[in-house]
Amino acid sequence: MNGAGNLFMDGFWRNNAAFVQLLGLCPLLAITTTLVNGLALGIATTLVLIATNTVVSLIRGSLVPSIRIVVFVLIIASLVTTVDMLTNAFFHDLYRVLGLFIPLIITNCAILAQAESVASRRRIDQAALSGLATGLGFAAALVLLGGLREIVGFGTLFSGMEFLLGDAARGVYLNLPHDGMLAAILPPGAFFGLAALIALRNWLTTRDTNATVQKAEAEART
Amino acid sequence: MADSEAKLLRAILVVAAIAVCAAGLISVSHEISAERIERNIAERLMQSLHEVLNPDLYDNDLVQTQVWAIDPDLLGTPEPVQVFLATREGQPSAAIFAAVAPRGYNGRIDLLVGLDAAGVVQGVRVTAHRETPGLGDQIELSISDWITGFDGTSLSDPPLSQWAVVPDGGRFDAFTGATVTPRAVVQAVRDVLVYFDEHQAELFERAAAIERVETESEPAGALLP
Repeated sequence: MNGAGNLFMDGFWRNNAAFVQLLGLCPLLAITTTLVNGLALGIATTLVLIATNTVVSLIRGSLVPSIRIVVFVLIIASLVTTVDMLTNAFFHDLYRVLGLFIPLIITNCAILAQAESVASRRRIDQAALSGLATGLGFAAALVLLGGLREIVGFGTLFSGMEFLLGDAARGVYLNLPHDGMLAAILPPGAFFGLAALIALRNWLTTRDTNATVQKAEAEART
Repeated sequence: MADSEAKLLRAILVVAAIAVCAAGLISVSHEISAERIERNIAERLMQSLHEVLNPDLYDNDLVQTQVWAIDPDLLGTPEPVQVFLATREGQPSAAIFAAVAPRGYNGRIDLLVGLDAAGVVQGVRVTAHRETPGLGDQIELSISDWITGFDGTSLSDPPLSQWAVVPDGGRFDAFTGATVTPRAVVQAVRDVLVYFDEHQAELFERAAAIERVETESEPAGALLP
């Protein structure tokens, strides 16, 4: 695989912020009561990640190790605040939905981890790509967990789509033939759901590794 | 020694430069957005006022005819609460309270409660809250029509003892898994009704005083239709 593809898979799958690094759990667990909530926060986080990675990479030449964390936090906080104000001013309807979630992005350590481990060591294009990949990986985790909890907890899927897509999408959601199990919506449901998804991901990864090992062994015998 | 001092100086300079840039970025985006945010909020306010009170019920300028009421027990906050007073042909016709339900699951819930002069609820809307998404946020009209259950209620209908959520022996539905939120809203609406019942005359007297001042200060021609 080429360098860019490798970098992308690293952020998206191999080092997935939510499932592997277990970073950004505060917004992850708090927001994922529905798929749409997860998607909305996922998009916002991805945008912030691309922006912070780009800026950090841009100034990486003048960074001094002892103060780098302070600088990262300053950059992240001011960018998120800016995003917060601009959405409030220019996308007021969307802001009324996302407004609560946007400040939560500051508490997402995945962004700090990206700044520290990737953005401060790589070229701008690589840093931005890694930000995009990590953001998409995090968004995918939010959407999966949100969808899972919504199906189990409410018995619906895609409810609230009108907040993201406008009134045309109102009522476009699946209603499953059960009333929902409240436990999935409450905080413990977030932990159980996340645990189930991590287990699934681990199973997929081990299966792949086992297959590769067995294939290699079989080849070695012949 | 000189080396470490140079390093320290450089660190200070970098942090200072970034801090100045960050402050600059934030003040620029504040400059760009502040006015629009304010306008959005004002537009939103007018829209919500129309939602809790049918515009046919009054013919005065609601936003101009506002007074402040203070009652930490009944209005839910030690701060002054905005009250918009509506009149029709000079007669008191309705009022809108920007009251607070202080005991939400995650703190205060801001409400707009519209009542007519007889103390019948015309509409209730939640303007701000931090309730749990997916549970307590069903007080928002965009998510559930629960809040419209207040329309047409008054202190005598249902009787005062039934102004509570069903689990507390009252008439108003609670949400599955979230009783605290609807309980807080029901109590707050009830308390506003009680406050209005006790202070109605005084409130409209203050509103009339405001309107008199406005009428006197405006040139006579502006009042002609």
